[in-house]
Amino acid sequence: MRRIWRANTVTVTVLAVLLALVVGAVLIVFGNEEVLGEYGYFFAQPGTPLGDSLRLVAEGYANLFKGSIVDPSAVSGAIAGTNNWSLVFSPISETLTYTAPLIFTGLAVALAFRAGLFNIGAHGQVIMGCVGGAVVGFGLPLPPGLHPIAALLGAALGGAALALIAGVLKARTGAHEVIVTIMLNYIAFWFLQWIITKPGVHDPTRTDAISKTIDNTAKLPSLGNGLRINLGIVLGVLAAAGVAWLLNRSTKGFEMRAVGLNPDAARTAGMSVGGAYVLAMGLSGALAGLGGGVVVLGTASDLTGQVAGTIGFDGITVALLGRGRPWGVVASAVLFGALHAGGNRMQQVSHLAIDLVTVVQAVIVIFIAAPALVKAIFRLRQPGGGLSTGLAKGW
Amino acid sequence: MTTLTVYDTPRTKPATGYWTRSRKAGAAYLVLGLLGAIAFGALARSGDARFALGTAVGGAGIPIPAKVGAIGFGLLCALAGAALLTGRADQWLRWLSGVALAALVLSFLCWQVSGHEMPLGSMAQATVRGALPLVLGALCGVLCERSGVINVAIEGQLLTGAFAGALVGTVAASAWMGLIAAAVGGVFIALLLAVLAIRYLVDQVVLGVVLNLFALGLTGFLFTQLMQQHGDKYNFPPTFHSWRIPGLASIPIIGPALFDVTVFGYLAIVLVIAVHFGLFHTRWGLRTRAVGEHPTAADTVGISVRGMRYRNVLIGGVIAGIGGASLTIGEVGSFTNNMSNGRGFIALAALIFGRWSPIGATMAALLFGFSSALAGFLPLVGSAIPSEFLNMLPYAATIVAVAGLVGRVRAPAADGQPYVKG
Repeated sequence: MRRIWRANTVTVTVLAVLLALVVGAVLIVFGNEEVLGEYGYFFAQPGTPLGDSLRLVAEGYANLFKGSIVDPSAVSGAIAGTNNWSLVFSPISETLTYTAPLIFTGLAVALAFRAGLFNIGAHGQVIMGCVGGAVVGFGLPLPPGLHPIAALLGAALGGAALALIAGVLKARTGAHEVIVTIMLNYIAFWFLQWIITKPGVHDPTRTDAISKTIDNTAKLPSLGNGLRINLGIVLGVLAAAGVAWLLNRSTKGFEMRAVGLNPDAARTAGMSVGGAYVLAMGLSGALAGLGGGVVVLGTASDLTGQVAGTIGFDGITVALLGRGRPWGVVASAVLFGALHAGGNRMQQVSHLAIDLVTVVQAVIVIFIAAPALVKAIFRLRQPGGGLSTGLAKGW
Repeated sequence: MTTLTVYDTPRTKPATGYWTRSRKAGAAYLVLGLLGAIAFGALARSGDARFALGTAVGGAGIPIPAKVGAIGFGLLCALAGAALLTGRADQWLRWLSGVALAALVLSFLCWQVSGHEMPLGSMAQATVRGALPLVLGALCGVLCERSGVINVAIEGQLLTGAFAGALVGTVAASAWMGLIAAAVGGVFIALLLAVLAIRYLVDQVVLGVVLNLFALGLTGFLFTQLMQQHGDKYNFPPTFHSWRIPGLASIPIIGPALFDVTVFGYLAIVLVIAVHFGLFHTRWGLRTRAVGEHPTAADTVGISVRGMRYRNVLIGGVIAGIGGASLTIGEVGSFTNNMSNGRGFIALAALIFGRWSPIGATMAALLFGFSSALAGFLPLVGSAIPSEFLNMLPYAATIVAVAGLVGRVRAPAADGQPYVKG
């Protein structure tokens, strides 16, 4: 017990998630007009608002669970034979479907972290990945087996191309990658808005800004009958294994980590700091681009202005929660994927806006980033368990 | 978390030999100017490009023969470049750069407006209106970063300011209450930033990004839960009206843009001047800059480093919150989800582009406001340039600036480094 109560990575993470859910619960109450009104009569009838608040929060979080892990009524229904077994697995399928792109973007940000770079540009790289993947997906007539591979390659190239601008500028001129990648996000955004209205990309049968539909041959194969889960999650886990090998076992990975920890020492030891920056940004961009590819080839079937969603920015929180380690990224991507899948059900059934999930994510990472705060709240012993990104401070 | 000492690694080698910085810039202007003169001159339709001075089309204006104008201004840009290239005009680098870039823009406009008319007065109005949240956001950034706290959370502060302004403005049925609430909203995010960055030593760039997400989620959730369902009750604030200053508002071109605006416009003008004066001519400003450049030295002479940083970040929060309110109770009234829409990041770009100075940041914000005004105007005259590319312009310009291609920008030395006594 005492060992658990000492601040370590797991304890701090679990407590951070709990605290975030508490913050979410407060918001749920604040977001309900009726219950909020009842607090006006708090001193006359303290039971009513408190009971209603509890019921509201319990119902919301129950739906979060049912939408992301399993719905008990579906299980009993499947056993009794009143509904399909696929309904039982549908929440898990949804969770893993949302997890797949998050693994890629999380790995992208984490890899850059380890080389001492903060890639805020995952969002833009995801957009370019979506464009690259989609253009190959509907533009090139290729046979089924080859088409998804080519499309994913296009996605990786799209993301890498954008990230390399930041990497090369950092290596050559010292331009801070945070600023450059933020700016590239918007350049990519406007590029997407422009390209989806252009002939060759734009769907001629539609009047709104949407691209042609991606060929069925390019789609990632589904893993379950009638479920949305697709090959993306497998690719994500493979990518995590690849990044883990690269960082921990390969020479280039060692160089990247050395540069991330102390660029001056790495330079003194004869490593090329600029080369490591360029390589790390290129790989990071390729991973983020793959995240975009997994979205367009897996779940979305065409390009729209909002196709990239928030997975680029979510990748930052995933990487931070995963503490920059590939398998940590996978675990936190599953958590955020589950929050997203559950949030959808919460929105549909309990009428709680999915933005709540964004708040919960942000609060989790705030607490992870400030372990001293978690320690102070829970009076944990010994410091530790926090986040050390190894980033150089300052612009 | 440990604090790392970061040695100031030289970003660019000092330009030695023939290719000094001004020669490089000169060569770039020369090439751009010549290209502009040739391309814009050839593309311009014959006839006049008419620039009306007022806000309406057809009023008093300046007609410029389009082809002559496009070529002439292009050559002017090239001339300024050539002057720099001789290496004898180094001390006028900034002025000549200004002339060259302005001439290039005019040459471009002569092409685009040829055969049409551009009302400069309403362009200036659109520029100022677009720049307003950027100016206030960038001022917030100046205050934070000059004292050594990186603020990437301007976007979140604008968003909470806009939200709080609309919500409280509606509930209290008073735009002034909305304005105060907006400031409180901005301070709320600023307080989180300050406590976590200064006390808990969280990496400030990471923190800023996460606080933006937090603000986005918070305002988005409450917007969907409360405002969307009961819009008239929570999202129907009164807005500020424009106050026209007689006389000054009749100045051609800039009059309506600067002297016929809402309280936000006047506040911005006052704040820019106040922050500039405060930062460079008062004791508070000297201390702020000392804390941002060399906190240890400041501490040694008895300045409370953390105290200064707290104070500046919170004042910045007030300003950014007001900037956010200019989007709701200063303009359209109602709040929409994610309505700041990246303006906080453009404000950050303006701050960097303006080299961490209030006036510079304001100029950069106006430049970005102008490019978005242009992006709104050019489709009206049937321009061949996609407005999407004009919208990219502020971001591309910032990349060029930080890459040191046109002059080098340098952040305050201790920007982003938490201060631990000892």
